[in-house]
Amino acid sequence: MYDFAYHKPASIADAVALLAGDPEARPLAGGQTLIPVLKQRLNKPSKLIDLSGLGLNRISVSGNALSIGAMTPHATVANSADVQRAIPALAKLAGGIGDNQVRNRGTIGGSLANNDPAACYPAAVLGLGATVVTNKRRIAADDFFQGMFTTALEPGEIITEVVFPLPVEKAAYMKFAQPASRFALVGVFVAKGPAGVRVAVTGAGQNGVFRQREMEAALTARFAPDAIANIKTPPDQLNSDIHGSAEYRSHLITVMAKRAVAAAA
Amino acid sequence: MGFEGIGAAVKRKEDARFLAGRGNYVDDINRPGQVYAYIKRSDRPHARLKGIDTRKAAAAPGVLAVYTGADLAADGVGGLPCGWQIHNKDGSPMAEPPHPVLAVGKVRHVGDPVAVVIAETKQQAKDAAELLEIDYEDLPGVAASTDAIKPGAPLVHDDVPGNICYDWHIGDKAAVDAAFARAKHVVKLELTNNRLVPNAMEPRAAIGECDVTGNYTLYTTSQNPHVIRLLMGAFVLHIPEHQLRVIAPDVGGGFGSKIYHYAEEAIVTWAAGKLRRPVKWTAERSESFISDAQGRDHVTTAEMALDEQGNFLALRVSTLANMGAYLSTFATSIPTYLYATLLAGVYKTPAIYAEVKAVFTNTVPVDAYRGAGRPEAAYLLERLVDVIAHDLGFDRIELRRKNFIPPDAFPYQTPVALQYDSGNYQVTLEKALQAADFAGFEERRRQARARGKLRGIGVSTYLEACGIAPSAVAGALGARAGLYEVANVRVNPTGDVTVFTGAHSHGQGHETTFAQVVAERLGISIAQVDVVHGDTGRIPFGMGTYGSRSLAVGGSAIVKALDKIIAKGKRIAAHLLEASVDDIEFKDGKFTVAGTDKSKTFAEIALTAYVPHNYPIEELEPGLEETAFYDPKNFTFPGGCHVCEVEIDIETGTPKVVNFVAVDDIGRVINPMIVEGQVHGGVAQGIGQALLEHAVYDSQGQLLSGSYMDYVMPRADNLPSIHVGTESTLCTHNPLGVKGVGEVGAIGSPPAVINAIVDALRDYGVRHIDMPATAEKIWSIIQAHQPRMAAE
Ligand SMILES: Cc1cc2nc3c(=O)[nH]c(=O)nc-3n(C[C@H](O)[C@H](O)[C@H](O)COP(=O)(O)OP(=O)(O)OC[C@H]3O[C@@H](n4cnc5c(N)ncnc54)[C@H](O)[C@@H]3O)c2cc1C
Repeated sequence: MYDFAYHKPASIADAVALLAGDPEARPLAGGQTLIPVLKQRLNKPSKLIDLSGLGLNRISVSGNALSIGAMTPHATVANSADVQRAIPALAKLAGGIGDNQVRNRGTIGGSLANNDPAACYPAAVLGLGATVVTNKRRIAADDFFQGMFTTALEPGEIITEVVFPLPVEKAAYMKFAQPASRFALVGVFVAKGPAGVRVAVTGAGQNGVFRQREMEAALTARFAPDAIANIKTPPDQLNSDIHGSAEYRSHLITVMAKRAVAAAA
Repeated sequence: MGFEGIGAAVKRKEDARFLAGRGNYVDDINRPGQVYAYIKRSDRPHARLKGIDTRKAAAAPGVLAVYTGADLAADGVGGLPCGWQIHNKDGSPMAEPPHPVLAVGKVRHVGDPVAVVIAETKQQAKDAAELLEIDYEDLPGVAASTDAIKPGAPLVHDDVPGNICYDWHIGDKAAVDAAFARAKHVVKLELTNNRLVPNAMEPRAAIGECDVTGNYTLYTTSQNPHVIRLLMGAFVLHIPEHQLRVIAPDVGGGFGSKIYHYAEEAIVTWAAGKLRRPVKWTAERSESFISDAQGRDHVTTAEMALDEQGNFLALRVSTLANMGAYLSTFATSIPTYLYATLLAGVYKTPAIYAEVKAVFTNTVPVDAYRGAGRPEAAYLLERLVDVIAHDLGFDRIELRRKNFIPPDAFPYQTPVALQYDSGNYQVTLEKALQAADFAGFEERRRQARARGKLRGIGVSTYLEACGIAPSAVAGALGARAGLYEVANVRVNPTGDVTVFTGAHSHGQGHETTFAQVVAERLGISIAQVDVVHGDTGRIPFGMGTYGSRSLAVGGSAIVKALDKIIAKGKRIAAHLLEASVDDIEFKDGKFTVAGTDKSKTFAEIALTAYVPHNYPIEELEPGLEETAFYDPKNFTFPGGCHVCEVEIDIETGTPKVVNFVAVDDIGRVINPMIVEGQVHGGVAQGIGQALLEHAVYDSQGQLLSGSYMDYVMPRADNLPSIHVGTESTLCTHNPLGVKGVGEVGAIGSPPAVINAIVDALRDYGVRHIDMPATAEKIWSIIQAHQPRMAAE
């Protein structure tokens, strides 16, 4: 790890100011992704701006929205009675991320800002048609994810919360874990709610999380596993690595989507 | 005190400190004035090293020195030696290219050490290493043994033609050819044994130190400190052994990877001498992936000749063994004398011929890893037997029974050099089949199918050889070391005992098992026995721990020393009790005059030995301390039967081990709880090899699975509850009758798992699947046969 300065601002305005004043400064959330990267010396920030003092570790439900503060750890989401009631599939997804340590440190904001192509949360946010709220704007999920490790966030912009529209009628997430990292080799989030029927796929796409629109159309017509059993995702847009060829991932998308539909129905 | 002797499942003495986090590992040790070494390693598989500009790094803050291969060469530092010379078919010696401590002229694998930076802090050393300017000229690399032997392949060592280290053979080729010529059936199988990364929980570490008088101390994560002292002192650094102390304190797992003499040990010791400051190096986990010797990596063709009834007539085996870029300490012996000599297995195959080509590639060196050669042999045989049954329509259990060496045939001479002293393969097979409810399996298969799962059961009846020996025979075969073990038993004046053993414990529980052996013999409690290991400054000598030898060889040395203690104790007792030595009996901690109630306790005799007031001082020296060297007459031969049951998710191909039974004949059991733990660990690694683990290189030699994000370690949820059973036919040639248990789990299990997978897929036209049997591989097989099944 290279040396860096550490700041823990007490307000969003201070955090934004610190980031704005130094293009080499980086926000720090749970550190589950950032710290390993620093340890490997793959990144050399001048300052780390710890977001844990901003009051962003919170969950609330209003009539038609569940909002989760950016600094809410996965374990808190998994165990939240509000989340379990409003969108049980989301609680379950959070409870299936990493291990206990990761779940108690890693945050939803960090996961989304990082947009790892194999991460779980992006599938939920895209699949539920959520809105990512930052210090300066509201970004629809469809616009937020822009490719592997790439998002709509501008330099110095901080995610403050994520708003999920309610009521969610049906939803489920099915993850086929990459056997070593246990991130998603293929993860499929299927939902029926205010944003319509959506199928979001993580782990598989060359550009990160994506919507499987053919499946969405078929499920809109009929929400049942066999409605999508014969829908194949073209392998030429999918990843291939030592853990799975594009053909295998394509196959797994259909299997995981069917299982998610079955679990949601 | 309850029963604590041989056979008692007492809790491990060492766990008191380990569970409390009070272990003392190399990285826990900090010496006054200590500085830190950072080793700059090659990030390319194969390149000419045209120059290293160290000036900027040397001028960086906190840096004491930067050294390269040239500095070591200028100081006369030797290369890392190989401990076993193999001869080619034509009798000529193997190719043994230099293995410099720091690369000279070329780098040959990712991770090859290129330079070392020594600084006041670890951070400074690492910062400075980034300032090294290394001028590489990339060369084409080669990673697979099958590619390395192709004409025109890049040469790893410019003067080793065809990348062939040796082309060796064993057995009677003419007899085998003749048997094949008259055989009714020939069954052939090509298979690979996947390369593994050892992944000990504790990464390697070393601290070198040199005092004002030129006495050196090396603290290192080693399974055999005396061997390191010998190799490093005599061959690399030329430090006289009396001026070099090697300490291997608590060591967190080895699995073979901590047997070898590594460059880092020589670097920190040499640098400590130059700088007169203690120098510490601790591997980072990603460094372990590219610098710890790896395991397995065989590509093999095997053929069995059979008669009409399924009797094995002859076995012919041809293996390519990947050595990696350099010869690690015992690398050359693994695919030869610890592999091909095991090819009879538990079968009475009358003729066997094996040829092994060892090949250099641009990969991390390969050496012994839990099982070391025997897992490769067991996997080959136990897969081949199942394939024979499949191809020729024999029952796989009957085929085994028919070809087993019968219980009355021991001692049994195999056609590949070994002579088995004892065993009973029928009994372990029957016990395991019983425990696994083999008979009821078809019903479980049917039920699984109804749940959308393919269920399969696999059996392996393996054999292995532990406690490599005797020294003279190994020497004749090319070993450059002795294979005995040493024990010093020191009875202290008040009757408690300190045992100094040359065996090293890094997870095996010697502090408990050895104490139980002593407690049983002397009639004292295990709390009165302290077992000291891992320090050349305290222990007379030793060859260390590998090949499941500690109890069979090290334990036998302890027994020999105890015999001497008891013999001397009898003479002291005879004097005190005014009886003839021949009339003194020693039992339950008491020396008694036979047929009388006159006796002395062990503690009384000990005290008398140290306070010799009433003592036969003319005939007997005071004190009660004895040393023994034990050179075994033969290997020991554990064997047994593993039964594995798997279920495969048809849609995704995902395999899951749902039941596992291991019944192992390991000779006499000293501590059943420790035995169970050893088998559990070994089976976990075996299931890991069969289903999950794989060191994957690209064609040039970049390691693609170089972290836990990509290298699949087995975890608790990959493993079933494991049923462990034992059966004891005693070893006939060591005093304890023990055989060894450290590796049986990793040896017997991989073929059982793969046999189960192939059985689960029996309707899909598959006769073999290479390890690791990943979900995708299985899915592809299911996929490929879907059309055929649909058409039927
Ligand atoms: C062993 C292990 C297993 C894991 N398994 C999984 C898994 O199965 N599925 C899965 O989805 N993930 C997994 N993860 C990743 C985990 O979920 C991380 O927590 C997550 O990727 C990053 O969140 P964090 O809070 O730790 O962010 P950090 O590491 O602190 O930050 C990540 C990046 O986001 C930026 N950032 C953080 N917060 C904000 C914000 N509010 N606004 C703007 N930028 C911000 C940081 O500057 C940094 O660039 C795993 C991680 C580990 C170590």
